[in-house]
Amino acid sequence: MSALSEPSDDFFASRYALSGTDLDRVLTRVLGRSVDYADLYFEYTESESASLEESMVKRAGRSVSQGVGVRATAGEKTGYAYSDDITLERLADAATAARAIAEGTGSVVPARVGSPRPPARNLYPVERYAGEIPLSEKIDLLAEVDRIARAVDPRIRNVIASFSCSKKRFLVVTSEGVIVEDTQPLVRLNVACIAEDGGNRQSGSYGGGGRAGLDFVLGDRLFEFYAREAARQAILNLSAVDAPAGAMDVVLGPGWPGILLHEAVGHGLEGDFNRKGTSAFSGRLGQKVASDLCTVVDDGTIPGRRGSINVDDEGTPSSRTVLIEKGILRAYLQDRLNARLMKMPLTGNGRRESYGHHPMPRMTNTFMLAGGDDPEEIIRSVGRGLYAVAFGGGQVDITNGKFVFSASEAYMIENGRVTAPVKGATLIGNGPDVLTRVSRVGNDLKLDAGIGTCGKDGQSVPVGVGLPTIRIDGMTVGGTRP
Amino acid sequence: MTFDMNRAHYLLARAKRLGATSADLLFAEGEAFTASVRLGQVEKIKDAREKVVGMRIFVGRRQAMSATSDLADASLDGLVEDTLAMARVTADDPDAGLPEREEFRLDLPDLGLWEPEPVDLTLDRRIDLARETEAAALSSDARLTNSDGAEFGSSSSRILFANSHGFRGEYAGATYGLSVVPIAAENGSMQRDHWYSVKRRFALLDSPESIGKEAARRTLRRLGARRVKTQRVPVVFDPEVSAGLIGQLAGAVSGYAIYKGASFLVNRLGEAIAAPGVTIIDDGTIPAGLGSKPFDGEGLPTRRTVVVENGVLKSYLLDTYSARKLSLRSTGNATRGPADAPTVSPTNFYLEAGAVSPEEIVREIPDGFYVTELIGFGVNLVNGDYSRGAVGLWISGGELAYPVEEVTIAGNLKEMLGSITRIGNDLVFRGRIAAPTIRIDGLTVAGA
Repeated sequence: MSALSEPSDDFFASRYALSGTDLDRVLTRVLGRSVDYADLYFEYTESESASLEESMVKRAGRSVSQGVGVRATAGEKTGYAYSDDITLERLADAATAARAIAEGTGSVVPARVGSPRPPARNLYPVERYAGEIPLSEKIDLLAEVDRIARAVDPRIRNVIASFSCSKKRFLVVTSEGVIVEDTQPLVRLNVACIAEDGGNRQSGSYGGGGRAGLDFVLGDRLFEFYAREAARQAILNLSAVDAPAGAMDVVLGPGWPGILLHEAVGHGLEGDFNRKGTSAFSGRLGQKVASDLCTVVDDGTIPGRRGSINVDDEGTPSSRTVLIEKGILRAYLQDRLNARLMKMPLTGNGRRESYGHHPMPRMTNTFMLAGGDDPEEIIRSVGRGLYAVAFGGGQVDITNGKFVFSASEAYMIENGRVTAPVKGATLIGNGPDVLTRVSRVGNDLKLDAGIGTCGKDGQSVPVGVGLPTIRIDGMTVGGTRP
Repeated sequence: MTFDMNRAHYLLARAKRLGATSADLLFAEGEAFTASVRLGQVEKIKDAREKVVGMRIFVGRRQAMSATSDLADASLDGLVEDTLAMARVTADDPDAGLPEREEFRLDLPDLGLWEPEPVDLTLDRRIDLARETEAAALSSDARLTNSDGAEFGSSSSRILFANSHGFRGEYAGATYGLSVVPIAAENGSMQRDHWYSVKRRFALLDSPESIGKEAARRTLRRLGARRVKTQRVPVVFDPEVSAGLIGQLAGAVSGYAIYKGASFLVNRLGEAIAAPGVTIIDDGTIPAGLGSKPFDGEGLPTRRTVVVENGVLKSYLLDTYSARKLSLRSTGNATRGPADAPTVSPTNFYLEAGAVSPEEIVREIPDGFYVTELIGFGVNLVNGDYSRGAVGLWISGGELAYPVEEVTIAGNLKEMLGSITRIGNDLVFRGRIAAPTIRIDGLTVAGA
């Protein structure tokens, strides 16, 4: 695996003229009082984006974000200071601010800071970063997406397409001697279509991406698929009827509907909420929280996926964590602080949006393993219900467990057959309860196309989800037709 | 490394010299400090300092943007060249460009966005404020057994803006915030809620005692919540939830949503879109308002705009580009991230108060749903479809009877706006978007 890794080029040390001895001094300054752990997080991120609408690429932009975050922890306390000036002077100020959480005296001697090491494996080797490819090629790509989407149907009135890419380099240096540098690429292409027929106006969208170069969307002409899907969904919604209201059986299609797992169980299994006892899943390890058919994992090690990471933002290698095994709750997702306080193993889920944020336990790619049922047969098993294949966003209240997610493409099921498309359906349920109602699990596990962004406590990180076709008995569908 | 008007002028001049037709530049810097306490102990102290320079360059009618937090001379010089290179390959867009020269104003009002006297808050004082707020919440009732913490935060920011038309402007603002999230438990189930205060002056913040007590009240009343059966009933939105609805309307009247055909309010200017009595204002000039600023993201003066008057749609929210697309004039609502072209956002955006008290609104309803929180993203501004997860209290015989959860409310914004049958007299600005209690008829509550 390590053969794939790029040798580290000491990017930060050379760019900001900071030696290992300098970093030693900063860590020592943070640890000077009763602080039990400290880390420094240097970041240099380059981003680029271009967007098209009305068949014109009207906007293109590029940005550079650099800075350093200094963290100190003492027991349950965290001090965090950051600055976009990467100088020894500001580092010293930040170190003083971060250690202000500690009282009394005492000292831990930091491990010596050596040379940064690359992660032991590279899940996202890129020959050429998307940002290094001329903007004109991305403009041509967007123009082609526009032509393809408009050609689907004359009722497509506007196409809004955007391409974005970033290259995030970071260096983590900890008082425990971890020193890791990683470079994370990310690309994404999004297509939204507005369809109009008389006064009827509807929208559709599709997109995808991953930790890869521009090839990701060019290979297999994925961009063409995105464009056609967005247009198809917008046209479909022109004939969609209002969603039903009330409890019914729901079949979720494979892939992106895995957002159910993210909202219903994933957040509730993050270590911070469970340490504090504020999650509806607190204290339930070893208990039954899902039907026997459900095994749910969080896996940050899948090559090239949007939610994958070589190491987390505390330098811990990412891993595959079985959260729920045949219905039994097995593990929580951890960062360093919560793993230590809960005396549980690190899982490589300590992530942060940027140097301006402290790490928290976050998901990577969260999905349910395939079962044995034929997806068609799952649909046939439902008398009256809803078949949902695409979703917008979702949200959860960790404490009472209630979650919602909103379908962007869904159909009625009547007598085992998929019938009319419906629009505006929000599904609502109770996290600790919903997976106990899973009565069928398909053999068609699929991961999403690479569009997920998860928000928590004001921090956004890229994530993935996945699901085989599943049937959930008696879920509330929040439409308008009682 | 500091940034001032001289460096801004140097960069604008450099852009012109290298071939830009016009350009504008934004510098933003900020400091923020937060102290969080949980169960009486300090949990987190955060000290943040940020700054960024953003440039927008036009070559003819082609534009590109860039931003950096690396303020070294070489980096900023490179920024100009990179942006120019990008601007040469984007589309020739006939409506692109800076606002007209005569639209700018150099005599900017002082909107009181800054503390008149410096407030010196020690770390201990900040921690104590959070601690007192949490203690006030948790001491209210024995069922308040846990907490997601209390936080005191202060921030200050400075904006400097200049363009090649000769506009230059600067302003600074401060905010202070105090909040708490108590958790209550009873019969093996937990509920959380929160309360907060945000102001531009420290002295105007609500007291820790009042914030804590209100958070406790909101949390305790959720204990024992249950589902209700699926039905259509009158729904009452509390002011927090009303403000959320009005905020969504701000998205639907954005000039960008309108000209792209991505709003249910396309082509409705001058028509009745809401019930009589519904008047919605955007006003960027309210003294010390949380959404106030002397000029917008393109340097144009902010103003007061009547968006909806007595139910009739009077104006969209516009910046220069979206206004040109619609043959209208900017309303001074441009907003701009450093690396992005301007787009539109509301300043202080509110639904004017009505005459009835919130108690009277509830008292008139024999059977209905008083909503205190909505979750999820089930709002489609293109077609108006609305379906969200809801929490609140069931209204029975004109009284708030019992808590409700795990239900949705659904309708379509087109009909919902026309079905606002009561508007409360309880308008309070708790954020930049504000609304009083309202009653909406015709929504479907979906539950068991």
